[in-house]
Amino acid sequence: MKEKIMQIVTKYDADRTRLMDILLDIHDMQGYVDDENIEVLAEALGMSEAEVNETISFYHFFTKTPRGKFTVYLNNSITAVLRGRDAVKSAFEVACGTKFGAVSEDGLFGLFDTSCIGMNDQGPAAIINDRIFTNLTVYRVKELIKGLKEGKKLNELVYESNGDGNNADKDMQSMVQNNIRKGMFLLNKDYNKYEILKEDLSKHSPEEIIQIIEDSNLRGRGGAGFPTGLKWRFGRRVDGEHRIIICNADEGEPGTFKDRVMLTEYPDLVFEGMVVAAYATGADIGLLYLRYEYKYMLKFLNRVLDEMREHNLLGNKILGIKDFDFDIRIQLGAGAYVCGEESALIESLEGKRGEPRDKPPFPVERGYLGYPTIVNNVETLASAVKIVKYGAEWYKGFGTKDSLGTKLLSVSGDCRFPGIYEVEWGTSIREVIEMCGADDVQAIQVGGPSGVLIGVKDVDNLGATDLMKWYKPSGMMVAQKIYDRKLSYSDLPTGGSIIIFNNSRDLLREVVMNFMDFFIEESCGSCSTCRNLPFVMKQKLEKILDGHGVRQDIDDLLNWGKIIKVSRCGLGQTAANPILSSILNFRGLYEKDVKAMTDFDNIFDIEKSVDAANKYLGRKTEFHHN
Amino acid sequence: MNDTIKFKIDSQEIVAKKGQTIVEAAKDNGVYIPTLCNFEGVKPKGCCRMCTIKVNNRFMTACTTPAAAGMEVENDSAELNDIRKSIIELLFVTGNHFCPSCEKSGNCELQAFGYRYQMMVPRFPYNFPQKGIDASSPKIIKDQNRCIMCKRCIKTIKDEEGRNYFAFQNRGSELAVVLDKKLGKEMTDELAKLAMENCPVGSIIYKEIGFEKPIGTRKYDKQPIGSEIEV
Repeated sequence: MKEKIMQIVTKYDADRTRLMDILLDIHDMQGYVDDENIEVLAEALGMSEAEVNETISFYHFFTKTPRGKFTVYLNNSITAVLRGRDAVKSAFEVACGTKFGAVSEDGLFGLFDTSCIGMNDQGPAAIINDRIFTNLTVYRVKELIKGLKEGKKLNELVYESNGDGNNADKDMQSMVQNNIRKGMFLLNKDYNKYEILKEDLSKHSPEEIIQIIEDSNLRGRGGAGFPTGLKWRFGRRVDGEHRIIICNADEGEPGTFKDRVMLTEYPDLVFEGMVVAAYATGADIGLLYLRYEYKYMLKFLNRVLDEMREHNLLGNKILGIKDFDFDIRIQLGAGAYVCGEESALIESLEGKRGEPRDKPPFPVERGYLGYPTIVNNVETLASAVKIVKYGAEWYKGFGTKDSLGTKLLSVSGDCRFPGIYEVEWGTSIREVIEMCGADDVQAIQVGGPSGVLIGVKDVDNLGATDLMKWYKPSGMMVAQKIYDRKLSYSDLPTGGSIIIFNNSRDLLREVVMNFMDFFIEESCGSCSTCRNLPFVMKQKLEKILDGHGVRQDIDDLLNWGKIIKVSRCGLGQTAANPILSSILNFRGLYEKDVKAMTDFDNIFDIEKSVDAANKYLGRKTEFHHN
Repeated sequence: MNDTIKFKIDSQEIVAKKGQTIVEAAKDNGVYIPTLCNFEGVKPKGCCRMCTIKVNNRFMTACTTPAAAGMEVENDSAELNDIRKSIIELLFVTGNHFCPSCEKSGNCELQAFGYRYQMMVPRFPYNFPQKGIDASSPKIIKDQNRCIMCKRCIKTIKDEEGRNYFAFQNRGSELAVVLDKKLGKEMTDELAKLAMENCPVGSIIYKEIGFEKPIGTRKYDKQPIGSEIEV
C-alpha cells in the first residue's frame, strides 16, 4: 500500500499544495485514507500527521474509515424533504440493513446525509459511488438495493434512461435532466463553438476587451455582484510572475443548480470565457474548481478541454497570438459549501482547509499561491463571451438600469415546473411564480446576496475599503407583501436560487430548521461567531417551537443575529438569515408559538425531568405546583 | 516622514508606520483594541473577532487590516463593546470553563475579558458540551473543554522542519484543536512550556508543575487586561 500511495505522491511531485488531488486519488483507489496512509503522506510531504488530517477532516467526502462498497450520499436539502426524503431515507435503511451515518455489517452499503447536491429540481437525489440517482422513491430504492445485492452494476440500475442533452453523452451517461424551461441568450444554441475565440478575439486588444466588459456593466453572477470588468482591470494591473483565472463551479448555495446545466450544455462557452478573461488580463494559468458533487461530469469536461487544445485554443501561443500561453486544469472539490467563497476556494486549491481569508489583501492582489487571481462564476464567464460577440450596447438592451443582462434562476420547491429559467433582470417575484406554475404560495426563499450598489469607475483610486463594500451577502425568505419586488442588484439581488413553499408547509419547523442545520454543518468553524451562534440560535428557536418561548426570545434572536454580522465571510454573516428574515417577514408564526402571558420560561420541566426515574421505580410523583 | 501615516480612532489622531496593522498602530499610540487570537510575531487570522472595529461604518478586524491614511476607525463604542462582550459570553457557554479550579486562572485572557466586560450571567444558555482531555503527551495536557480555537498554538508551536504540533480537526461546531500524536510524544520541555504560555486559556497545561505562582498574585489578578496599553 505504501508503494501505491508514494506513486500518487510522486505523480504530484510531492507538492503539498496538491494535497486535494493526492487525497482524491487515494479515495478513488481504496475509498478512504487511514492513519497508516496519513503517516506515509506526512513523511513524504514534510508535514505532521495532524496537519494532513486537518485537510482530510474538513471535507465531507474524505473519510478515514471505509464507507462501504456502495456509498450512498442522500441529499438533505429542503426540497428533497418536501418531496418525500424521510420515506426514502427509511427505505434505504431497511433495504441496506444499517442506519444513516454507518456502514452495513457486510461492508456492502454505507449510508450518509449530504448537503444540497444541485439536484433540487429532481430530488430526492443521491450520489452513489459518484453516480447521481434522481427522483428517488421508496420503490426505486428497493429496486436499486435489490439489484446491487444481486451483483448488478450501478449503470444497469438507472431507473429511467439517460437525461436529455449532453447528460446522455458517452462520457457522462447520467440520468440527470437539464429542465431548461426558458432560455434567452445564454441558454441559446445560436453560437458556433469557439467562433468568438477564432474570429473575434484577435480583433480586440486586451484593453479593449476589458473596456467592452466594463461598458456592458456585467456584474458577478455568483451572488456578490462585483463588476467583472473592474475585477479584470484590477487583476491586469497587479504585477505577478503568473496571473490566474479561476472559474468558480462550486455552486453550493442550497437550491442552485444553474452552473450544472451550463457546464452540461455549454461547457465550451464557459471555457471560452476563461480564455477571453485570460487574454484580457494576461493570465497564464486557468483553474476550474468543480464541486465534488458534479464529479460525474469530469471526464466529459476534460474531453472538451482536450478538444480545445487540439484547436490551439489552449496551450502555447493560442491562436498564434504571441505570448498568449494559457491552459486550464479542473480541480475537484471534496464537499464543503464554504469553498464557494472565493478565498476559501483558493485555500482549497492550495490543498488546505477551505477557510476564507482575511481581506485585504483580495484575491486580485494576492490569490492562488500568492499570484494575482481573478475568480469568476460560471455564468459570468459565459455572459462575457456573448458580450464580446455582440457588444456592450446590445447587452444593455436587456435588464434594468442598474442590472443589465439576464440571470439564470434555479427554481425548485412547490411548483409544477421546477428547473432553469433565464430571465431578464428586473423580473418580479410575481412573474417568477407565474412562470413556474406555483399556486397557493406561502413563502419564497430568494437566496444569495444583497450588496449595496455603488458606482465605482475610478479603478486606480479604488482602495481596499471600497472593495470591502461588495462583500455583503444575505439570502432572505420573502412573503407575499413583497412579491412585486424585482430581482436586481439594487432591489432583490440573488445568486439565482429560488425555492417556493406552499401553504401546507411549516416554515419554521421544516424550512428554517433545515436551513439552520445546513449552516451549522457547513461552517468552517474559524470565526467564533459563525462556529457558535447558529447553534445557539437554533436552540432558542427550538425553545420557541417547543412551546417554552416568551416574547423576549424573539427579540433575543434578532439581537443575536446582529452579532454574527462581524464574521469574516458571507457564509458566516448570513448564517442567521433564515431566522432573521423569517422573523422579519413571518413574525406572526413566532408570535403564535410564544407564551404571551409570561415573560420568563427557563425550559425546565420538573414533571418531564423526573419521568424516567418514576418509570423505573414504578411510582408517581405528586406535584404541588400547578 | 514618508513612512508614517495618520488616521483616526474614535476621533483621536493616530500616527502609524506604514504596513502596521490597526491593532499595532493603536497600541503604539496608547489605544487599546482588545485581541484574543492575535499573537505578536505571527500572521494574524481574525478568528476570534474580538478586535472587530468599524472602518467607514463597515465591520473589519483590526488585527488583520493594515492602517491606511485618512481611515476613520470606530473602536470604543457601546455597540462594538457589546459585540465583544457577547463573543466572550459565547466562548464561555460553548466550552466548559470553571475558573476557580483552572491552573490558568489569573493568567487567562478569556477570564480577564470576562472581568473587563463585566460579564455577570451570559445572555446565551450554557451548553456544557461533552469534550475530552488528551493527556497522551508526556509533557502537556490538551484540555478540549477550555479550547477556544484561537489557533495560537497551531501558528507558533513548530519543530525545526516547520511541522505543526497542533492542528485543526473537523469543522463547524465539531471543530477541535488537536495535538499531533507523534510529535506530542517527543515534545521538549521548552516547547511544552511555550505552548502553555502562548495559549490564552487553560487548554494547554504543562505537566508535573502546577500552581507554581499562587492564584491572586498572577498577571490579571493585579491589573485588568488592556491596562498595559491604555494611557
